[in-house]
Parts: sequence; C-alpha cells; structure tokens
Amino acid sequence: MDEDRVEAESTPTPARAERDATEPKKSRGGLSPRLQAVVVPVLAVFTALVIGAIVIAATDTTVVAAYRNFFRAPRTALSATWRAVATAYGALFSGSLGSPSEIFQAVQVYRSTGDNALWLKAIWPITESLVAATPFIFSGLAVALGFRCGLFNIGVEGQFGMGALAAAYVGYSITGAPRLVHLPLAVLAGALGGAVWAAIPGYLKAKTGAHEVVNTIMMNYIAFRLSDWLLNGPMKAPGYRPVTSSVEMTAALPRLFPAPIRFNAGFFLALAVAALVYWFLFKTTLGFEIRTVGANPDAARYAGMSVTRNFVLAMVLSGALAGLAGASQVLGVDYWVGQGFSAGYGFDAIALALLGKSHPFGVVLAALLFGALRSGATRMQSLAGIPIDIISILQGLVIVFIAAPAIIRWLYRIRVEREEEVVLTRGWGK
Amino acid sequence: MPLVLKLEGITKAFPGVLANDRIDLTLEQGEIHALLGENGAGKSTLMNILYGLYQPDGGRISLRPRDQANTASQTASTDGLVEVKIRNPNDAITQGIGMVHQHFMLIPPLTVTENVMLGTESTRGVVFLDRADAAGRIRKISEQYGLEVDPDAYIRDLPVGVQQRVEIVKLLYREADILILDEPSAVLTPQEVDRLFSTISNLVDQGKSIIFITHKLREVMEIANRITVLRDGRVVGTTTPEQTTQAELAAMMVGRHVELAVHKEPAAPGEVVLAVQDLQVLDDRQNLAVAGVSFKVKEGEIFGIAGVQGNGQTELVEALTGLRASIGGEVRILGAVITSATPRKILEKGVAHVPEDRQQDGLVLSCPVHDNLVLCNYYLPPFAKGIIIQEDAVIATASELVEEFDVRTPSVFVPTSNLSGGNQQKVIVAREFSRPVRLIIASQPTRGLDVGSIEYIHQRILQKRSEGTAVLLVSPELDEIIVLSDRIAVMYRGQIMDILPAKGVNREYLGLLMAGVEASEAAQSTPPTIEGEERVERVF
Repeated sequence: MDEDRVEAESTPTPARAERDATEPKKSRGGLSPRLQAVVVPVLAVFTALVIGAIVIAATDTTVVAAYRNFFRAPRTALSATWRAVATAYGALFSGSLGSPSEIFQAVQVYRSTGDNALWLKAIWPITESLVAATPFIFSGLAVALGFRCGLFNIGVEGQFGMGALAAAYVGYSITGAPRLVHLPLAVLAGALGGAVWAAIPGYLKAKTGAHEVVNTIMMNYIAFRLSDWLLNGPMKAPGYRPVTSSVEMTAALPRLFPAPIRFNAGFFLALAVAALVYWFLFKTTLGFEIRTVGANPDAARYAGMSVTRNFVLAMVLSGALAGLAGASQVLGVDYWVGQGFSAGYGFDAIALALLGKSHPFGVVLAALLFGALRSGATRMQSLAGIPIDIISILQGLVIVFIAAPAIIRWLYRIRVEREEEVVLTRGWGK
Repeated sequence: MPLVLKLEGITKAFPGVLANDRIDLTLEQGEIHALLGENGAGKSTLMNILYGLYQPDGGRISLRPRDQANTASQTASTDGLVEVKIRNPNDAITQGIGMVHQHFMLIPPLTVTENVMLGTESTRGVVFLDRADAAGRIRKISEQYGLEVDPDAYIRDLPVGVQQRVEIVKLLYREADILILDEPSAVLTPQEVDRLFSTISNLVDQGKSIIFITHKLREVMEIANRITVLRDGRVVGTTTPEQTTQAELAAMMVGRHVELAVHKEPAAPGEVVLAVQDLQVLDDRQNLAVAGVSFKVKEGEIFGIAGVQGNGQTELVEALTGLRASIGGEVRILGAVITSATPRKILEKGVAHVPEDRQQDGLVLSCPVHDNLVLCNYYLPPFAKGIIIQEDAVIATASELVEEFDVRTPSVFVPTSNLSGGNQQKVIVAREFSRPVRLIIASQPTRGLDVGSIEYIHQRILQKRSEGTAVLLVSPELDEIIVLSDRIAVMYRGQIMDILPAKGVNREYLGLLMAGVEASEAAQSTPPTIEGEERVERVF
C-alpha cells in the first residue's frame, strides 16, 4: 500500500517531522489500515476463543484430574482437554447456529411428509441467535453513532429502558387501532423515549460542558428508579407482579414463523436502521458535520459548524437508537416490561461498537456474533455444563483485544503501516 | 583550533525515510558551526542522535575526552578524539553536550534557580534543596558569560529572550562544552537576536563550541564560522560565509535556483473591506490579550501584523473569524457589523481564513483530502442537495482543486494526514482561496513549510491581492511581513504600536516596536523608514 503514502515533497512540518521520527508508521509488508480494521477484530475473536478454551479446560474437573497424571499418561490429559473443549464449543456452535445434520434431515422430512415440526426445531437455534442480535444491533449503533461524534454514551441502558417503557405504554394503552397505525406509533414512542432520555445529558454537555459520561451514568440510575416506580405504580398491570400489561397484538412486531419461534420483523427493522445510520453518517451533510466534530472539533468550529448543536443531535439520535433497541425487545419478543429489563445492554452496546469499529455494518456483524454467543451459551450450559458466564469472559477478552490492538498485532506479528486513531471520547470537562 | 567533535557516516533510517545518510560533521573548539537546511532535511534528527535521543543505524561519534580536555592527547586516535556511544541525554550531558530545544523545556511556575537545578539538584543534608548554593552558581555563570538572569525570577514572568538565556545557563550549569541551539532565533525580536548573537560570541570566546541549527540565511552569514548544508538527509557541502552568498546557500538548501526576489506590482487599494475599531478580546485565562486595536484593511492591499508570537495576534484573528468572543469594540466587514457573528456568518461574508495551526484547526487529518477541500462549503450547492451530499460534485471539484493548486497527493481519497506539511497547507489554501472571498485572513501561512511551498503560497497571496482581495497577514516572521505587506502594524502586548507603510521600512525600528518601545521613542533612536531601502528579497 505504498502508493498511499505521499512523499512528493518530503518536507514535513516540524510537528510532523517529530511524529515521523518517533512513530515509525510505515513498514514494508504492513497491513493497510482498512485491512487491519477487519483483521484485528477477527483475530481478537479468535484469540478470545482460544483463551476461553483454556478457561474451559482449566475449570473442567476431568481435565484437571487428567493433568495430575500428565507425565504418566500425557495422551489421556490431552484427549480429555480436547474432549472438554470440543463438547463445549460444539454445543456453543449448535446452540447458536443449529446442527447442520439436523437441519438437513428436517428438510428431507418436510419434503417427504410436509411435517414442519422437525424443521422448526432445527432452525430454532439460529432464529434465537437473530432474536438476541436484534436489540444488540440497535444498541450497538447507538454507541457507535455517539463515538462518531466524539461522545461516549454510557447511558444506553437507561435509554433502552425508557424506550421499552414508552413502547410498552403505547402498545397496551391504545386498543382497537389497526396495526398499520399502532405498530409504527409504538416503535416511534420507543425511539422518542430513548431520545428524550439522552437529550438531557446532550443538552447539559452543550450548555455547560458537563461531561456526558458522568451524566449518562447518572441518567441510568434515574431511569432504574423511575421504571421501578412506574412498574409498581402507574404502569403496573393488575396482579401482584411489578410488570406492565402485555401490548396489544396490533403493536407487536410480526413473527415470521409459527410458534415457538420468536424471530420477528424487528431483525429486518434493525438491518434497515443500520443501513439508514450508514447513509446518514456518510452521505448527508448532517453526518458529515457529526463526523467532523468527532474527528476534530476545533476544525469543525473553524469551518463554521456548531459543535454544541452536533453534540445534542448526536446524543438525541444515539438515544433514539437505544430506545429502538428497547422497543424491539418489547414489541418483538417479550410483549411486556418487567424489572431489570434492560440490565446489561448498555455495556454490551459499548463492546459492540468497539468490536464493530463504530461502523454501522461492523456493528451488525458484531451484534450477530454476540447474539449467536448469547443464544449458544444456553445450550452449552445444559449440554456441556459450562456456566453461561463464559460468554462474559469471551466478550470481555474480545473487548480487551479490540481496545488494545497492540496485543493482537504483537501476537500475530502484524506490522503497523499507520496507526489509525479512533477517538472514542475526549478529556474530561471541555 | 583542536577538534572537539567528529561525526562520521551517521546514518539513520525511519520507516520509509532515510533521515540521515552518511553524514560527516566536525566541530572545532570555539567554533560556531551552522547547520542549514529546510524542514525535513535531517538537521533535527542528526542533533537528536548527538543528544542521545535516537540511536544511529550506522556511523561513529567521537568526542574529546573530558578529563583530558586541557592536556595533550594520549589517545588512540591522532586527533585526540575518542569514539563514544551516547545512549540517552544523560550520557550526552555527562559528555559535555547540551541542547536548547526550539520549544523551551522550562516550568513556568518555578523560579530560574529551580528550573536550572532541576535534575541536578544541590542538596543540604539528604533531602533539603540548597537553592542558595545553586543561585550562587547561576550568578557566577551569568557574570562570566554575560548572560543576565535573575535567579529568583519566575519563568512565567520572563520574556522569551530571557527564557532562552535561562536555557543556556542551564547547559552551562551542567558544564556543557558543546552547545546545540535549535532554531534559537525563531521566537525572538531582531534586537533579542542581536543580543543572542553577542551571547554566542561570548561563549565561543571562552572556549565553548556551538552548533547552530537554522534555516535563516541572513543569520548564518552573520554569525557562523562554518556552514554545513543538509538536504534530504545528506550533506550538500560545507562552506564559510566568506566563500558563499545567500543565493548560493538557498540553492544548496533547495537543490535548484531559488527566486529570492518577490515580484510585486504596486498596490491599488480600493474600498475598505475590514474595519476594526477599538477591539478588545480576552485570552483563555481571561487576561486582556487584545487591548483595543483599530485598523482598516482595503481591497487589493496586504496589511501585515508583525510582532513576537503571543502578543495577542492569535486572539485577534480568532475574534475576527468568530472563533472567540470579543468584550469590546467593533468589527465591520464591508460595512456590516460582524462583532458577535458566528464563524459561519463570517465565512459567508466572503472571509477566507488560513489558520495558524493548520493541523489543529484547519484540517481534519483523518478524513480524506476531498472532505477537507469542502470543509467550509459542504452544505452548499453543488456539494449538497438538501441534506444529501453530492459525492460526485465533491470529488470532481476536489480533483480540480488538487490540480489547480498543485497538491501532491496520489488521489483525493487518501487521508489528509498522509500529505506532507506543504501539501496540507496547499489543501487549506485551495479550499479558502477558491471560494468567493473578499478578505483573506492568513495566520503564519508558511510556518514550517519548505521553500517551494513558501514561494507558491506567497505567489498565491499576491495573486489574490492583485485580484482586489483584501489580505490580513499575521506572521512572527518579520521578513515575510516586510516582503509581502503594503502596510505594517506591529503588535505588542495586545496593542498596535504603530502602523506604517512597508515601503522602505526600517527593520530596526520595527524591532524596537516589537520589543515594546513606544513609537515616538523608537523614532528618536532610529528612523521608521529608510529612503531607498526597499526589501524585495525573501529570506528563508
């Protein structure tokens, strides 16, 4: 990729000369930044799986026992290791994508008898993965859009919850409306709920310079308590449990397969929104401004852009996406909201945006991966006895490697052509 | 005079660049050896190797051994030098090498004494600083070498010229015999430069040896004993001021004949474009940085603001471009008051702004060249229809501009950070000058650029002037101001000391104003203009 370097005049400015000198940024055979943007996340996931395998083996009592006799029977130890890891990851795989042979058989049965029960059972894992991926896509996009503007939205969890509550409220309180009106209304309510919740820290940042990290975290706590109160009071369904009523079916995202498969139109909505975010960020003047503010707020101001307005806009849009995540979960999967509904989504969203390199399509891929891991883990737990928490370890490792790509580059001897700086968030205060 | 330093075949490669290619250099005792070259020629790399900040890939450094400095040599080499390895700046200091960096390494809230003793603190008992002892040594040094400094003054209260003296004292305190001065005159007024030069003469008279890094031809001719010219990491030649001329040095530096003369038609000023009345602006620390300045810039004239950096020029330009609020006064562009207008409003009035810090303010380095070329008008047709960016139009226009303004880039799609400094500046100039502009505000438009780019940008500015655009030029490079401007204002501590025509202006008079001498007083010691003295020569 040497042609990407310009040394036409070979006369850098002092600042540049310094950088040239201290940070070797080109080496023959190095990967181009674009290729590296893909290779590093893939290797990060791979490395996380390898380390996960070690953890699985090390916590397996049979394997540990076999290693006590390692010098007498090394093959026993190694095969025990292999068995433990293979069982676990095999279950993870079939739990997330389904077993190919089962799918094949099911298709044949369906062809010959027209019985779709086996077929539905065979595709259940993969549809569950997509169901799990749907809110991940939305929430990952929320954080990614913030990152693009140089904002760190840690408040996705709260915005998710407020979006879910708003969608649920519209979903159950309006009755008798046609789906064509009711569903879009409920979805919009979800987006609005999240947007309002994120607009507050966005506005505070623009007006007073209050750092969005602090304020979005605070807004999370307020959201928890507010939803506690709503679920125990105004929005509580008849009965003793602190949950909302179920939404009307006219507000539900249509399910595309017979029960028990929960796969619904929300997934396609998520893909469409991802495409829309891509279009917005890269093809519109508003996206151009947001990206410019994120990449260099000083230059944005110099060029006549309003940095504060863009902060508010990006936060509102980010919150709307988080709200959509909540809405998709309520209207597509659960139909009602209970306590702790949004727990964990905020941090997963940050991981997704990092893994997806803040690119909408990258986020979609990351969300598919996390969705698959999440749904496969359930099966792994029942089949291989591996606690579901191993997924958290894998996700954690992936994030460490993404956040510290130097580890991956060192591990796989990837030479850096040029450090692509991704500014995620700026210093405290200003 | 005996040799004190010999560099042989010093080679240093950075990925993709051979920064130093078999460089030989010698330094005699009591010599001022100027190292001349453009930015990126390898001067700083060479000195950083000598100072232990980098390790060379090849070559040898030999020094006169310190403990035998005064005795005759009994060492292996015939010239009395011993090969050394300088692994870090500490090694360099122990070997008697000291360096004054272009950006001073001083801590403003500490006193001169504290700064000087930093790193080599004298102590009483085990932990108690012995400031008195250090201050005493500093006084002795400043007496011996004629370096006037008050050991008890705080750095933040000292003018730049004195801060530089503190840096030199710091080296002498560490008993350096070889002093490397990196672009020492860049931040000084002409008088301070004179003062620095007399200090340097003092130092060499007392046996110190100096390596003087610069890109200013005039200074080299004035002070150096020998001159070594570097280009693209190689030694082009070594000469003396007696044997050469400025034109020849410029040609050696650049590798081709350089037109030192600036061709400038007489100005034809038209109506007033920019009128500033009693403008007052605060800096980041809420101090009055611009303390009521008034001036006018007309169509077809270049109005230059000279002054040592940090005298309110930055804040003035920021206020004029809407980036900083003013607290008093009025700014009019073509009659319309824009005192508290937003940057975009001001841009749309036809103001082009070449910012002081191009990488920080003028460009989004991580974005492709084409985005940077439409950074100020991306939202206007033909680049946007509604909110949708018309990529084809952007790329077409960007490609045209790259062609027209000779921006050297493989395509408009590469990140702007891949371009050299000169080409980055051309991107800004292309963007700003191609818009329909009535006023150009150019802040240090050629800072850190190579000679080719400087020539090019000067020519573009002059072209705009002859097209009838008003130009406000702000630069601490006095020569740039004198050569380009039609009228010159000197700024000192937020005030304009005097405004005078550039034709036949007296550098010395400007220097006095830059140092804060009142115009009337300055005029008594030297005339503001000298009949028949018209500088049209560019000095790099």
